[in-house]
Amino acid sequence: MIHARGLTRSFTTQHGRVDAVRGLDLDVEPGTLVAFLGPNGAGKSTTLRMLTTLLPPTSGTATVAGADIATDPAAVRARIGYISQKSSAADTQRVGDELFYQGRAYGMSRGRARRRAGELLDRLGLADLADRKPVSLSGGQRRRVDIALGLVHGPPLLFLDEPSTGLDPHSRAEIWSTILRLREETSMTLFLTTHYLEEADSMAERVVIIDRGRTIADGTAESLKAELAGDRVTVALHEADDADRAARVAAGFATAPDRVSRLAPGESAPGTADALNGSRDGAARVTAQVADADAALPVLLSALEAAGVKTAAARGARPTLDDVFLSLTGRSLTEEQAADDPQAHHQPEKEPSA
Amino acid sequence: MTATAPSAPSPAGAGFARDVATVFQREIRPSLREPLGLILSLGQPLLLLFFFGPLLGGAQGVGAPGAGGDSSWQWFVPGVLVMLCLFGPMMSGYNLLTELLTGSMERMLVSPIDRSAMLVGRTLKEFAVLLAQAVLIIALAVPLGFRLHPAGILAGLLLLGVFGIGLGAFSFFLAMKSTPSGELFYGVTQLALFPLMLLSGVLLPMDFGPRWLQMVALANPVSHITDGVRALFSGAYTDPSVLWGFLAAGAIAAAGLLLGNRAIRKGVGV
Ligand SMILES: Nc1ncnc2c1ncn2[C@@H]1O[C@H](COP(=O)(O)OP(=O)(O)OP(=O)(O)O)[C@@H](O)[C@H]1O
Ligand SMILES: [Mg+2]
Repeated sequence: MIHARGLTRSFTTQHGRVDAVRGLDLDVEPGTLVAFLGPNGAGKSTTLRMLTTLLPPTSGTATVAGADIATDPAAVRARIGYISQKSSAADTQRVGDELFYQGRAYGMSRGRARRRAGELLDRLGLADLADRKPVSLSGGQRRRVDIALGLVHGPPLLFLDEPSTGLDPHSRAEIWSTILRLREETSMTLFLTTHYLEEADSMAERVVIIDRGRTIADGTAESLKAELAGDRVTVALHEADDADRAARVAAGFATAPDRVSRLAPGESAPGTADALNGSRDGAARVTAQVADADAALPVLLSALEAAGVKTAAARGARPTLDDVFLSLTGRSLTEEQAADDPQAHHQPEKEPSA
Repeated sequence: MTATAPSAPSPAGAGFARDVATVFQREIRPSLREPLGLILSLGQPLLLLFFFGPLLGGAQGVGAPGAGGDSSWQWFVPGVLVMLCLFGPMMSGYNLLTELLTGSMERMLVSPIDRSAMLVGRTLKEFAVLLAQAVLIIALAVPLGFRLHPAGILAGLLLLGVFGIGLGAFSFFLAMKSTPSGELFYGVTQLALFPLMLLSGVLLPMDFGPRWLQMVALANPVSHITDGVRALFSGAYTDPSVLWGFLAAGAIAAAGLLLGNRAIRKGVGV
């Protein structure tokens, strides 16, 4: 459905050149739901705007829905839907009118466009809002109108740029149930961007992580987590002096001998995988990356007991996509999102293995 | 897919006309749904017509070129209409700007609609709105003493319409060039529009101003359009100002459409 090779785009601004996307390769098979995940400014929207023919690439090629974006943009446009990051219904227009003219824009007859508008209003629970203007709608309602506009011509491929950003949890859940219902009812290919980790994790069949214009990871959420982050077991110790011994024991269970680290009292492990941060971080802890935390934990505990190490608490944790991002970039996506920490950008590309 | 399938491509010309019609209808729909807006936007011209126009009766030099002693209304009404043409299309440029800054324009640009048709459809809407407003103002001016020269009215409306199309296209061009901040658009419309109006002798004749002011007015294409419409509305069809007016309006329309077309074909934020 999508095949991109070496897709690159730079912008010239007053402050110099911005390399928004740098040599992106991408292949998406029909029928999949792909989440394009990355921090602010990673190049998600720019990639989408190139794939939807809005923006010519500086270099590189792509075929989208069977047509080349550079040589046959008209064919691409006829076959794709695009829901931009910003709201796509004009405030001067009524919701129903926008849907009707969207159908006309895609070549439908007046009757067909009217029927289609009515159908989508019903399906997306917007029937009561047909005569309203988008200004008077709630954020979640507006976003549903945007989705309806993207669906008018029943495209086989739909791009959604941050469909749920900025919405309250209830509206987000509603948008997602709409998207997932679409998946069930049609065989549409969905390509969406998000910076909500949980969304990418739980909803997408495939996650492509982009950072600073490059894809840095690509696969199912499960495989990325298993390969790039792994499960983690952490034990808090009664005696700080036991740390060395405990680390040696734990090394026997870790995926690799160097995947064991010691945390001094008060030190917290980076990332979101719960390494008993907070609750027990007054104690010395040992944390190890393992293949299967649930299975490793009891065995590790009895091995520690046999070695004479007294444990105060223990926890096994599954990794999150943030651990994946962290192990790839040395930065935490959630922290970057939340605090916009300027220092995060100056950390080394790859963190030394834990 | 066979040639008779409904989705088979239609001849390019028919497709273009269809797209123009779609854009035009979408643009004019809000005005038709709420015509009050159009009437309210006539507020200023109507105030001028009723409260300022009558004051010109005794003023000197208030006559159309080559029109002898025709009434001051033949002179004043064209000025009001030119004002309408100056401010109306610029307001629509502002509407376009908001569509550019939200995702609404991007949505259109991703659709298969012909991009030139997007410009033409929008400017035709300007043309239609201006025409309707002009006809209303003329009708209201008749009881005040405005005399109808039917052929002149038609030609004058055409001249104003060409001018409106040009300004509409130009303001769209400006809006597109202003993304993402919009500053360029606000700047130009704030700084250029009012002087352009003052320097075209819309409200008072330039003839008695200082020489330098007259020279500036001479270089202002809008003043030629104003003079042209004044001649036509007074029935002086062969006055040279008519020719100059059409040349000025034609040049503005050609430049506006050319620039606007180039910008919209290129896209926004590229
Ligand atoms: N039209 C433009 N002119 C100049 N710079 C641009 C333009 N569009 C994007 N950029 C820059 O390119 C980079 C990537 O932007 P992009 O919008 O693709 O990021 P994003 O991943 O969508 O981020 P967000 O999550 O904030 O939407 C940013 O540094 C941005 O400032
Ligand atoms: Mg974005």
